[in-house]
Amino acid sequence: MNSAVSSKDVEARIFEILISFGTEPDSAVREATFDQLDIDSLDLVELAQIVDEEYGVELTIDDAQQLQNVGDAIDLIVSRIA
Amino acid sequence: MNDSVVVTGVGAVTPLGMGADTLLAEWSSGRCATTDGVGSCDRFELGELLSANDIRRTNRFTQMALAACEEALGNAGWGTCVPFDPYRVACVVGTGFGGVEIIEREHDGYCADGATACAPACIPLMTSNAAAATLSMRYGLHGPSAAPASACAAGAEAVALGAGLIRSGEVDAALVGGAESAISGFMRAAFAANGELSRTGVCRPFDARRDGFVIGEGAGMLVLESEEAARRRAATELARLVGIGVTCDGFHPTAPDPGAEAAARAIDAALTDAGIAAEDVDYVNAYGAGGQLDDRAETRALKTALGTHAHTVPISSAKSAIGHLLGAAGAVQALATVLALRRGIAPPTLGYEVPDEELDLDYNADGRTLRSQDGSLVGLSNSFGHGGQNVVLAFEAQAIRR
Repeated sequence: MNSAVSSKDVEARIFEILISFGTEPDSAVREATFDQLDIDSLDLVELAQIVDEEYGVELTIDDAQQLQNVGDAIDLIVSRIA
Repeated sequence: MNDSVVVTGVGAVTPLGMGADTLLAEWSSGRCATTDGVGSCDRFELGELLSANDIRRTNRFTQMALAACEEALGNAGWGTCVPFDPYRVACVVGTGFGGVEIIEREHDGYCADGATACAPACIPLMTSNAAAATLSMRYGLHGPSAAPASACAAGAEAVALGAGLIRSGEVDAALVGGAESAISGFMRAAFAANGELSRTGVCRPFDARRDGFVIGEGAGMLVLESEEAARRRAATELARLVGIGVTCDGFHPTAPDPGAEAAARAIDAALTDAGIAAEDVDYVNAYGAGGQLDDRAETRALKTALGTHAHTVPISSAKSAIGHLLGAAGAVQALATVLALRRGIAPPTLGYEVPDEELDLDYNADGRTLRSQDGSLVGLSNSFGHGGQNVVLAFEAQAIRR
């Protein structure tokens, strides 16, 4: 579903969500790890909830544990949308 | 005198502003901070205490507890590193209701959008131990962490529980207090429904015209240390917590036992624990919420426990200045008592003008200076709560000359 969504769109939206969680705009980059951004497991569940709602993509706790950095999360979401 | 527990730091967030000293100074100068029947902490500021994400992930009563705790640790001189084995430091923060604003917000979302509207972090934001857990996390404490929820006595009970852990030798120090932010429209409607909230919106403790309490929010925190631990690190001692008395009316869900027997026993137990006579009490910081039944019961309890001395000791209620801080009230009263003794003053019961025939003690409308023979002053801090909770704390402090 939602095949019109581009990788850039997802990236921009994920950065926006992270910033709403308190991440400094300058720190919201693909290379940042969630630890570096002070994003913990509860934040990740909340992120997954938003992603599910907006893109219809389900991210499990196992998925979240595999993510090394923000870029991984964006790529995983994009791959599931496709 | 049982002098094994000392107070080395205090901090407060109240409707009168930020800081414990602000509370005492403003109250003593006769300023009442409640407006339209509510005491809100409009001047509460977190400053740089929390990151943006931590602000999102803490509820208001926890934020207030944190600000009060930072102040208390600051004047205890703990610095950035806990000066004890972290397994020997307790953290006890009482609250009556917990994360009320979060429960309301999440429930609104649930009603509007269903189960998926609930935020993943809403559970730890709703629970009553949020403040105790957050403080333990922030300072890396691993000793007992607890959150008494004993209604309007919760803050005082936290002080009593922390002190008990020090006395038993289980810990060297305890961060103790209470915090509450439950002044929403819903909470006010609920308190109004059981007839306890003042209809006039003015808290007039012990006055014939009193018609209930005025709801408020805030937090009070104290740093307690064993006498030995405090001496080892050459800490400044603000006061000693010399006596603790805890009883329960076992009588009614909301009303006090009019005979006030258990409340009197709590006062008596605190005196016995402290090894002091009724005549040694220089000041009483009353529960004094401004309810018809409560104020009558407290007066009766004081007469029973203190005998004729009840007629000469100055009694005052902080609720006349800040409203009723519910689960935070007992802790804020405790630290207000400490500071009042330190400064040698009994702050006034604001708005006390028309005596009630049955209530014939000295409710200290104008405030006064406390005199001491040897420089030492003893004060009682009374906390009573729904369910018949009675907690009485006795403090002794050396009055500092100004």
